[in-house]
Amino acid sequence: MPTKPQPLEARKEAIVSLSAGLDALETTAAPQKSRRNRALKTLAPLAAVAFVLAVWQTAVVLQLQPVWVLPSPAMVWQSLVDQAAQGILFESAFNSLRKGVQGFAISLLIATPLGIALGLNSALRAIARPLITGLQQLPSVAWVPAAIIWFGLSDATIFAVVLLGAVPSITNGLISGIDQIPPLYLRAGKVLGARGFSSIRHIVIPAAWPGYLAGLEQGWAFAWRSLMAAELIAISPALGPGLGQMLDTGRQLGDMSLVLGSIIVIMIVGVLIERLVFSPIRQRTLRNRGLVVAR
Amino acid sequence: MTISNTETSSNQLGSPSNLGSGAIRPVVKISNLSKKFASNGPVIIDNLNLEVREGEFVSLVGASGCGKSTLLNILSGLDTASSGSVELAEQSTLMFQESALLPWLTAGKNIELALKLSGHHKEGRKARAQELLELVHLPNAYNQRPHELSGGMRQRVAIARALSQGRKILLMDEPFAALDAITRDLLHDELIRIWEETGLTVIFVTHNVREAVRLGQRVILMSSKPGRIIQEWDVNFNEPRRIDEANVAELAHEITDRLRNEIRRHAN
Repeated sequence: MPTKPQPLEARKEAIVSLSAGLDALETTAAPQKSRRNRALKTLAPLAAVAFVLAVWQTAVVLQLQPVWVLPSPAMVWQSLVDQAAQGILFESAFNSLRKGVQGFAISLLIATPLGIALGLNSALRAIARPLITGLQQLPSVAWVPAAIIWFGLSDATIFAVVLLGAVPSITNGLISGIDQIPPLYLRAGKVLGARGFSSIRHIVIPAAWPGYLAGLEQGWAFAWRSLMAAELIAISPALGPGLGQMLDTGRQLGDMSLVLGSIIVIMIVGVLIERLVFSPIRQRTLRNRGLVVAR
Repeated sequence: MTISNTETSSNQLGSPSNLGSGAIRPVVKISNLSKKFASNGPVIIDNLNLEVREGEFVSLVGASGCGKSTLLNILSGLDTASSGSVELAEQSTLMFQESALLPWLTAGKNIELALKLSGHHKEGRKARAQELLELVHLPNAYNQRPHELSGGMRQRVAIARALSQGRKILLMDEPFAALDAITRDLLHDELIRIWEETGLTVIFVTHNVREAVRLGQRVILMSSKPGRIIQEWDVNFNEPRRIDEANVAELAHEITDRLRNEIRRHAN
């Protein structure tokens, strides 16, 4: 029993008010993003596009190259409008995007367990990682001839090439993410009672998420590139339309407007996926973990 | 404590011999514990014996290399003893120097995860987490991310998370070492209040002698390289104590002198 008869309630009250004061002193409100910054972020890419178009148009006006080598932006636009009118543009883009997403999804299903196994087991990793890194270094388009011989001109060929492009990137990203987990989180997980699968689900994957996400982004970029390369080489009615085929059609017809138009569409699809899917996830991850200061 | 209380709470190790006698059962019993990290490496902990009674608050103090963190790791099951035995009559949880809150979860969700992993039912988890946040005086922190909280607030959430596991033994590894002095004093008061309210057994490791005296009912001084218990003090001061009180300072002075002598031994 305390000699000073200060009741527990009074002590508690003193602690509550003191902590409230300290908490108020020690936390600062997050700075708001200024309107100017936000405007800059939206306008800067538009300005870059405008600049490229201006240089391009100037080169055309100065007639630096004949029009069949360097068509004007308007001609390229018209070519895309024609393709759209014939229903080819959207069908091709949709078809390519569908294959890209499917191939990426399959890659994800293969690479995630693989990355976890290699990330957590150093013996397995010592064996398998050089192979995976080798695969990652190899442009997956190099597999197209082999895939055509193995699988013929079928979707299997396309998916094989996409997988060989995306799986190594996702796997390596996840392994790096696991390597970078601060040991404290793993110990905390153990103390909280996370074992085996629950440790992987509640500690390892979320803790490795930043590296995993970087691997996913790179994996998507590789998947998309591999898909375009495969579509450009493996052309068959059985495969249906695609942006790679559209590009190859332009080459065969000597239609430079269609070639440039196809390239621009391939680029736009890639950028849109990055901006609409990966960028928001990345921003959210960084913000949630306090890894970025509001700029 | 009444006799009927003792009867209902005497499970596991509880021997009926302490009925009404005031003798409280040991919840932690460490016998001849030794630890080496490599079989030919240095001895980290050497033949350590310690009993901690139920509901006791023990401060463990020592210089670097005394194996105090290793001891907590062994008690919490994160590490194993090389020889000797450790018996815990209750489950334990461990709190680290850094808050070790998971940065991808909000304060509330950190606690909910601990509840989930302790087998707490899905319904009621959220309410229980909020209740625990209120216990550590952070009623509005549920949706805040760890990085949005100050160091002291993070450690309070970590205390709430540890309490959520419902373990009876709380092991604390220098939990307040990284905090500023004002916040640390406050958390001392908080911790003692929570200890009094919950009846937990606490083993608190620190290199701060005053902190050890401020908090503990018993202060245990460990030697370094190898880690052994060299002396024990019972602290019979009443709560609320303050770290700047004369009796705390006086005892801290005595313990520090003993600690310094021990450290000097390593000069050569």
